[in-house]
Amino acid sequence: MTTLTPATGSALKGGLSAKRRAYSIGLRTAMYACVAIAVSVLVGIIGFVLYQGLGHITWELLSTQRSALRNTIGILPNILSTLYIVITTLLIAIPIGIGAAIYLCEYASNRKVVRLVEFTIEILAGIPSIIYGLVGFLFFVLNLGMRPSILVGSLTLSILVLPVIVRTTQEALRTVPHSYREGAFALGGTRWYIIRTIILPSSLDGIIGGTILAVGRMVGESAALLFTAGVGFTLVTNYFTALHTPGASLTVSLFLYITEHGNRDVGFAIAAILLIIVLTLNLLIKLVRRKFRKI
Amino acid sequence: MNIIETKDLNLHYGEFQALKNINLDVSANEITALIGPSGCGKSTYLRTLNRMNDLVHGVKIDGSVRYRGEDIYAKDVDVTVLRKRIGMVFQKPNPFPMSIYDNVAYGPKLHQKMSRSAMNDLVEQSLRKAALWDEAKDRLKKSAMSLSGGQQQRLCIARALSVSPDVLLMDEPTSALDPASTAKIEELMGQLKQEYSVVIVTHNMQQAARISDRTAFFLTGDLVESGPTADVFSRPQDQRTENYITGRFG
Ligand SMILES: Nc1ncnc2c1ncn2[C@@H]1O[C@H](COP(=O)(O)OP(=O)(O)O)[C@@H](O)[C@H]1O
Ligand SMILES: [Mg+2]
Repeated sequence: MTTLTPATGSALKGGLSAKRRAYSIGLRTAMYACVAIAVSVLVGIIGFVLYQGLGHITWELLSTQRSALRNTIGILPNILSTLYIVITTLLIAIPIGIGAAIYLCEYASNRKVVRLVEFTIEILAGIPSIIYGLVGFLFFVLNLGMRPSILVGSLTLSILVLPVIVRTTQEALRTVPHSYREGAFALGGTRWYIIRTIILPSSLDGIIGGTILAVGRMVGESAALLFTAGVGFTLVTNYFTALHTPGASLTVSLFLYITEHGNRDVGFAIAAILLIIVLTLNLLIKLVRRKFRKI
Repeated sequence: MNIIETKDLNLHYGEFQALKNINLDVSANEITALIGPSGCGKSTYLRTLNRMNDLVHGVKIDGSVRYRGEDIYAKDVDVTVLRKRIGMVFQKPNPFPMSIYDNVAYGPKLHQKMSRSAMNDLVEQSLRKAALWDEAKDRLKKSAMSLSGGQQQRLCIARALSVSPDVLLMDEPTSALDPASTAKIEELMGQLKQEYSVVIVTHNMQQAARISDRTAFFLTGDLVESGPTADVFSRPQDQRTENYITGRFG
C-alpha cells in the first residue's frame, strides 16, 4: 500500500513554512537588486561617456594633428599610433603565441614541463600592466639603449598580451576532437601536416576570437605604454619611420589631455572613441563565433 | 601466405602489461577477427600493427611484428609509409570536418601530387569500393557531417582505401551503428577481402562467426586461442574460449 497524498494533505504542495517562503522571496529580491546594480552601473558608465564625448567628435578632431600655432586639436597621430602599435604587436605576438600554444598542445610530451609553462603563463596574465611597462622601459630603453617608440611599446605590449593569445589558442586547439588527429595519423599524415590541414582550420574561430580579445587589450592599454611608447603627438604617416618614433596612443593621449591640458572635451571624445572600438571588437568576437559554429 | 606475423609481442602502458607474449599471424585476403571481452587488449593489439600506439606516451613494446617479412618497429621504418600500407577504421566514425570529396582526397594528397581528373577518378573509385558512391555522388561538396552514422563509417572506409592500402585494420567498425548499416558494412567486407587483408576487432561473436575466416580470442592480455573461425566456434581447444563463446562470461 502506498499513498502519495496522506490524509492530512498533499506531500508535494504547501510544504514550505511561511518563514522559509519569506526567506526565499528575500533572497530572490536581493539577487535581482545585485543584477540591477551591476547592469545600471555598466549602462551608466557607457551612457555617461558617450553622452559627454560623442558631441565633441568632429571630423577635424579625427583628421588633423595638434597645432600650437593655430590652437587646434587633432588626434589623428594618436589614432595612427594606436593602429601601428596594434599591428606591430600582432606581428610579434601572434606567431609566438600561436606557436607556443601549438607546441604545448600538440608536441610537448613532458606533462610536467607543460604544466609549469601553463602555470607561468597564468601568473604572467595576472601581473599589473604598469610592471610590464617598467620592465620594458628598464630592459629596452635603459639596457639596450633604445628610444621609447612604437616598436619598444609594441615589444612590451607583446609580452603583455602573450598569455591571452596562448591561453585562448590552447583552448581552441583542445576543442578539436582527438579522433580527427587519429584519423589523419592513420592515413600516414605527419604531425605538422595534420596541424595545418585539420587542427588549425577547425580551431580558427577560437583563435580569431582570442586575437580580437588581445586587440581589445592593446587598444585599452595605457600603463605599459606610458614608459615605453613615449608621448609623441606629431603625425608620422610612414609606418617604418613611426616604428622608431615616440607616439602617444589614444589611451595615453586621453590621460595627457585631461591631466596636462585640462581639456575635458577632447578627453571625453577620445574616451567615447575607445569605448566604441572596444564594444565593436566584442561584437566582432560574437559574430566570428556564430559564423564558424554554423559549419 | 602470412602478411603480418607477430612474435612474442609484449606491450606495457607504463607499469601495466596490456599484451602478454602474443604470437599471431594474419593471412592475405582473409578476414581475421579479434574477439574477447572488453579491456582484454584487442584494440591495443590492433594498434601495434600500424604503430598507432607510438602516439601514446609511456608505451613499451618488445617482440616483433613483421609486415611482408619486414620488422615494422625497425629504426629506419617510415611510419607514414607503414600507415599508408596498413590502413585503419575506427570504432566511432570520424570523418574530418570538410566535404565528402575532401575527406577521401585527404590521404592521397598527403602522399603524392595528382591531377584534378586523376583525383576525381580516385575519389569515385574509393567511394564505389566503400559502397557509398550512389548515395554520395550528388553531394560530394557537402560536409561529411551531413551524412548518417552508417554513411560516415563507409566514408571512413573509403578514406582508408583511397591510399591503396594492403591491410585494413577495423576496430569495432559497426558497434556505433544500427543493424541495417551494420549489415551493409558486413556485406562490404566480404568484397573487400578479395583485394585486402582485413583484421577486425569485434565483441559481437555472431559477427565474427558470420564474416571472418580466422578468429583469435583474447583474454586479459593473453591470446588464448586462434585458428579457422569454424574450428574456434565449433571445437574450441581451450575451456576459456568455450566459456566465452557460449556466453558464460564477457
Ligand atoms: N592509453 C592507455 N594507457 C593506459 N592503459 C591503457 C591505454 N589504452 C588501453 N589501456 C588499458 O589496456 C587494456 C586493454 O585495452 P584495449 O586494448 O582498449 O581493450 P579492448 O579493445 O579489448 O577493449 C585495458 O585494461 C585498458 O584499460
Ligand atoms: Mg577496443
